[in-house]
Amino acid sequence: MRYILRQREIQPDHWHYLGESHAPASALIVPGAELRREPERWWAWSGRLGASLTPIEQIEDLQPHLRRLDLVAVSFPVFGDGRGFTQLRLLRQRYAFAGELRATGAGVTPELAHLLVRCGVDAFEVARPEQGRALARACERYDVAYQPGAPAVPVRLQRFRLPA
Amino acid sequence: MYQYDELDQAFVDQRVAEFRDQTRRHLAGELSEEEFRPLRLRNGLYLQRHAPMLRIAIPYGLLSARQLRALAAITRRYDRGYGHFTTRQNLQLNWPRLAEVPDILAELAAVQMHAIQTSGNCVRNVTADHLAGIAPDEIADPRPYCEIIRQWATQHPEFTYLPRKFKIAVTGAATDRAASEVHDIGLQLRRGADGALGFTVRVGGGLGRAPVIGQVIREFLPETELLAYLEAILRIYNRHGRRDNLNKARIKVLVKSLGAARFRELVEEEWTIGRAHAAQLTTADVARVQRHFRPPPYRALAELALPPEASPRFRAWHRYNTLAHRVPGYRAVFVCLKAHGGVPGDMTAEQMEALAGLAERHSFGLIRATHTQNLLLADVPQADLPALWAALERLGLATPNIGTLTDLIACPGLDFCSLANAGTLEVARQIHERFDDFDYLYDVGEIELKMSGCMNACGHHHVGHIGILGVDKHGEEWYQITLGGSARGITALGEVIGPSVPKRAVAATLERILETYRALRDPDEPFIETVRRVGVQPFRERAYALHPAAA
Repeated sequence: MRYILRQREIQPDHWHYLGESHAPASALIVPGAELRREPERWWAWSGRLGASLTPIEQIEDLQPHLRRLDLVAVSFPVFGDGRGFTQLRLLRQRYAFAGELRATGAGVTPELAHLLVRCGVDAFEVARPEQGRALARACERYDVAYQPGAPAVPVRLQRFRLPA
Repeated sequence: MYQYDELDQAFVDQRVAEFRDQTRRHLAGELSEEEFRPLRLRNGLYLQRHAPMLRIAIPYGLLSARQLRALAAITRRYDRGYGHFTTRQNLQLNWPRLAEVPDILAELAAVQMHAIQTSGNCVRNVTADHLAGIAPDEIADPRPYCEIIRQWATQHPEFTYLPRKFKIAVTGAATDRAASEVHDIGLQLRRGADGALGFTVRVGGGLGRAPVIGQVIREFLPETELLAYLEAILRIYNRHGRRDNLNKARIKVLVKSLGAARFRELVEEEWTIGRAHAAQLTTADVARVQRHFRPPPYRALAELALPPEASPRFRAWHRYNTLAHRVPGYRAVFVCLKAHGGVPGDMTAEQMEALAGLAERHSFGLIRATHTQNLLLADVPQADLPALWAALERLGLATPNIGTLTDLIACPGLDFCSLANAGTLEVARQIHERFDDFDYLYDVGEIELKMSGCMNACGHHHVGHIGILGVDKHGEEWYQITLGGSARGITALGEVIGPSVPKRAVAATLERILETYRALRDPDEPFIETVRRVGVQPFRERAYALHPAAA
């Protein structure tokens, strides 16, 4: 069982990763590389589709498939590897991806929660509900920011804006 | 100087609360040392040889008297009554207790200070020319831009977990006094053809293991594009910088491997596409910050000649420790932290408190930290100089050696730092002792001596006219000497003159180098010019002449 923190609520995750034994699934996350290998198969597949990204993947390679996707899972396998932050911002801002952006991996700790949200994350994948609660609390630590963030997350005070 | 608004204050307060919680969880065993490490580093806290070390940010080196008093109080209450000023205009405490660090940060926040991002793989304290706002050769004051970059970089959601640390310097003068060419990004203020302000942008400079001078990737960037362009550079670095090898993770390695031309292409392309979603810097934003850096209310004063009754010691101090000012009747005064026999950059709480009072009395209540581990009172009326000198003399802050050999800079070295290979403080003492004759010091004149206890080069030895690098040879401390480096005006990396020498021989080797200079110099030729003219070979030949042990 896996849990998702989404809009301050912790729920069981209804998505499955390709290769997990729970099949048949109606909502499936496939690796970005797999999606690029067999695009016809996945575009034709009937269920809801998500893609997972590792830090080394270039977001431009996923871009042609974004229209088909309801979800992108950006992974942070180790704490301190910040490439996922750029992937998130490009997805949310440059490519205006409107589906779910979830943060996954052992590197997702409460310390990064507010940064991830500012970059556009709206769901956190966790193994245990208490991890989700810690992340939810951490999201409340700051109510100010200097930089513009993902459009859906206003703060009480913000310094710099996006160009009009 | 810059005053926090509601956002700035709320941010540092929330940051203190967060770190208090993290420290509590660590001490309760809920966060392992491995998990706690990147969190404490981003709040300036290292674990050193003997104790934690806390590096407090002094943004672009500017302090108010109130802040200096608060620092003094912190060193008394939480440390051993002194602090250490660094080459990057910060202040380090060597003996804080981990459990009390959140309280220290809270006291800093109460005077609009912090230790945020003074360590860790993120954008560090942004540094500037210590003569900003008063230098006669200044195009524009760099400090408003430093403050803007400080704010933009503070807990940047995308760029707080970079491949490696990231240092930015801004200079606003014709002569670079901020070592901008050896920073990850060096920004030089320029006026464009239409008179508008902008920056020349350099990338990929740095010292450390593989010293390199930054390359210009844009000759002129309009001021309002500053943040969008920084985002483009940081994004290319965050995406493509190496993360597999700590020693190859700085941006200089990426710039070198791609080539500056290709790196520039990537940045320009990213900037063109990315600026629609990058933080925008408006002229109103710039003006809002610039208002905090208006010149102080100078009085109309006449230039004063030195009084005929001035003592030789006052005259020496006046000549070496004060500088011309662009406003008539004023001078800038160095507060010397290089008393012979002391630790370069160290200052006691008593000295800090007394200096805060002197700054209020004589220099509009402001104090600056310099890159050479001294402080500066930037705006002193010339009529006040004798009284100020007498007070500094009593405090041990008036050694008239600024710009000379004994105004050397040194990292804390093996005595404190867990990275160091060799000690620096004892070598500094040795040099202070051997060159304690001021007539000799003045005769050899202007020399920048910089010393690091290891390859990480915190003492910037590569860009010293004379550089000293501590190395570990089979468990013994030896020292490699370089000549010809420079970071001011011309940026150049020093050349190694030969095999390293043992600790006891460093000062004697320096003396042979100086004797060589005295023998070879043209009339009035400074040390660095002689080295540039004759090269290192003559120094190499003579430095080792009497010293077969150094093979």
